[in-house]
Amino acid sequence: MTMRFARVLFLCLMSIATLAYAQADIEINTPAITTLKNSMQQRHNQLAPHYASGAVGLTRDAQIVLRDANAVPLPQRQAVNSLVGAENQDRSALYREIARANQHPEWESEIRSTFAGRWIEKAQSGWWVQDGQGGWKKK
Amino acid sequence: MTNKGIVLLAGSLLAGCVTINIYFPAAAAEKAADKIIDEVWQLKDGAADGAGGAKSDAPAAQPKPTK
Repeated sequence: MTMRFARVLFLCLMSIATLAYAQADIEINTPAITTLKNSMQQRHNQLAPHYASGAVGLTRDAQIVLRDANAVPLPQRQAVNSLVGAENQDRSALYREIARANQHPEWESEIRSTFAGRWIEKAQSGWWVQDGQGGWKKK
Repeated sequence: MTNKGIVLLAGSLLAGCVTINIYFPAAAAEKAADKIIDEVWQLKDGAADGAGGAKSDAPAAQPKPTK
């Protein structure tokens, strides 16, 4: 009787373990994530020239920043500031949503640092990126 | 092997599950990040699904000998 119970329990636990292991994948196909992705994709066309001019750079914490306001003509500066603010809002929401979609809200900071590395790695040459110490360099 | 032994075994197996499950899947996260970045920055032709005409291809206009 006890042995049978033990066997059933063992099988249950093993299947849970297998399931948990199989889920070591990251879910990114949720409506919230898709919405954020599309919004960032549309904004990118407006941001791209400012990455190229060096006005906007990629930070080590997976955000962007207006690092050289003088590279933007004065009349455009306010618009670029708004773009940067909106982009950072979307980015933070994206990292939070990915963590939540995977039932691990506490993963947010690890997801953010994963993205920080990948944004910088994939940045085009000529764009400005921040190194681990916070210094700026041109790719 | 008494009930206590079974409980102990069950407990350690469960702990094992939890350990697996809270471990951050760094490689999978990197792959997911790459996929999203490729779409946002339109780095792959595969990102054409919702993007429409990918006109903003920005060919390396003039190959200037920049140092």
